Amino acid sequence: MIQSLLPNIADLHKIEVYEANGGYQALRKALGMKPEEVTDEVKKSNLRGRGGACFPTGLKWTFMPKVTPKPKYLCVNGDESEPGTFKDRQIFESNPHVMIEGIVIACYAMGITTAYLYIRGEYGKWVRMVQKAVDDASAKGYIGQNILGTGFSTQLVVHKGAGAYICGEESALMNSLEGERGYPRVKPPFPAQYGLWGCPTTINNVETLSNVPIIINNGWEWYSKIGAPKHPGPILVGVSGHVNKPGVYEMPTGVPLLEIIYKHAGGVPGNKGIKAVIPGGSSTPILRGDQLEGVCMDADSMKAAGSAVGTAGVIVMDEDTDLIQVIARIAKFYHHESCGQCTPCREGTGWLHKILDRFVRGDGRREDIDLLMDVANNIEGNTICALGDAAAWPVQSMIRRFRDEFEKRVHEAVPAEQVPA
Amino acid sequence: MLSEASLQKIEELKTKYPTTQAMTLPVLWMVQEEHGFISPEAMKYVADLLKVSYGHVFGVVTFYTMYNARKIGKHHIEVCTNVSCMLRGSGKIVEHLEHRLGIKMGETSRDGTWTLSEVECMGSCGTAPMCAVGEEYYENLNPEKVDSVLNKLQ
Repeated sequence: MIQSLLPNIADLHKIEVYEANGGYQALRKALGMKPEEVTDEVKKSNLRGRGGACFPTGLKWTFMPKVTPKPKYLCVNGDESEPGTFKDRQIFESNPHVMIEGIVIACYAMGITTAYLYIRGEYGKWVRMVQKAVDDASAKGYIGQNILGTGFSTQLVVHKGAGAYICGEESALMNSLEGERGYPRVKPPFPAQYGLWGCPTTINNVETLSNVPIIINNGWEWYSKIGAPKHPGPILVGVSGHVNKPGVYEMPTGVPLLEIIYKHAGGVPGNKGIKAVIPGGSSTPILRGDQLEGVCMDADSMKAAGSAVGTAGVIVMDEDTDLIQVIARIAKFYHHESCGQCTPCREGTGWLHKILDRFVRGDGRREDIDLLMDVANNIEGNTICALGDAAAWPVQSMIRRFRDEFEKRVHEAVPAEQVPA
Repeated sequence: MLSEASLQKIEELKTKYPTTQAMTLPVLWMVQEEHGFISPEAMKYVADLLKVSYGHVFGVVTFYTMYNARKIGKHHIEVCTNVSCMLRGSGKIVEHLEHRLGIKMGETSRDGTWTLSEVECMGSCGTAPMCAVGEEYYENLNPEKVDSVLNKLQ
């Protein structure tokens, strides 16, 4: 019985090995239940989305209309492009069948007959691996027509992106799937009412759906007791930056950040101190090294600390890190990835990038610090999608928590003729 | 413009999507895999094939960073310089590559062998720094490893 996302089993990506270890038993069990019972199980488990927003998955599923003349769709978000995030890649590589099983169960629960799995274009190699797993699962009758003789049918289409961070935003992902530029859509209408080709659609992250077979196998009560009560379950934490053992670690939610860094990731090279940590991918607010005590990897704890779980991509920075260079690089990223639809984001991300580059060169002006804050505040909340917020939060938090770093880089010199007599 | 095998694959794709426009990305991938880049003629071809406008195809090609609207080098080396890679020395990798190949980021060597690009996070943060050449990822790089990658490709 599969009880975790990345169990230590050799060759688990092969369907025979997955089956031998209890794989696809959850699908059999789910197909024997009523669809609404499956949704209820997921709802009661308190599973929350692992793509960054932590939205309750079961609740999201109930938004789908039960009766509709239109086809219904599931989009599986494998666009994984948030800097510091490399967890879905592990699922594609080591345990693709748990994801496929979760997808088919989700389709059954919501009465969906077509699912699209959107994988970022850079993961070409992983697209092939996943396609192989999908073909194997189809050959065994776990996907396709009349699944396991129950009369339920659903198809799974693997769709390769082409290099655009914004396509991880759910409405941009749908536009991209429709063959458009990846422009986010205005909400409402929400995808459950008007999604892909105007039909009811649910979008879930790869890791989220990979949790579903575990819930069905073990029951919601068992699952809801793993980790933090309000945000339970196993979570894949990717640790990168200044640690001895970077990598993806599976653990229950609610594990203290310091335990993740020192116990799992082997601490900081050279036993240096920690200057700062980005806890959940580049868009989550940065934390100071001296405020990590007691901060845990779950939605409530991170919120209380003034940050967010995001995609659980922990980036560790040691005491010698040039944080100005870090924030300038993050700003450059959002400037590059802004789709250009909304003026505050299109222009604002460029301004943030340019001003921060001045600080990198040591040419920052004292008033630039407040100017950065002003630009960030005017992007936040004023755009169609959350990319604007994602660009603003790191800058705001960096200034709030590391203002001294900016002040050190201010260029105080003035031209000779302006020197006061 | 496209091989028989690709045309056959397109027929299969038609059963997977309710519109032909939805096949824009997959078909552009086929063109790029066969020709290395997507020329204006190829865009016109894709537009006719999928019964969408040339403008639509042009818009898509220019939106997504992985589609090449013009010819690039035989080997496309993409180096991630985002935060996780930067913290683990991607700057040195860039410097070394530029020195070895005699070109700067964003340039193609005169003989058409190499194109060097800076890219955003590729999902190799746990094995940083990295570069990709085509679909292949080269991870945990240092200058010596970069040399062996270049020697292998040459």
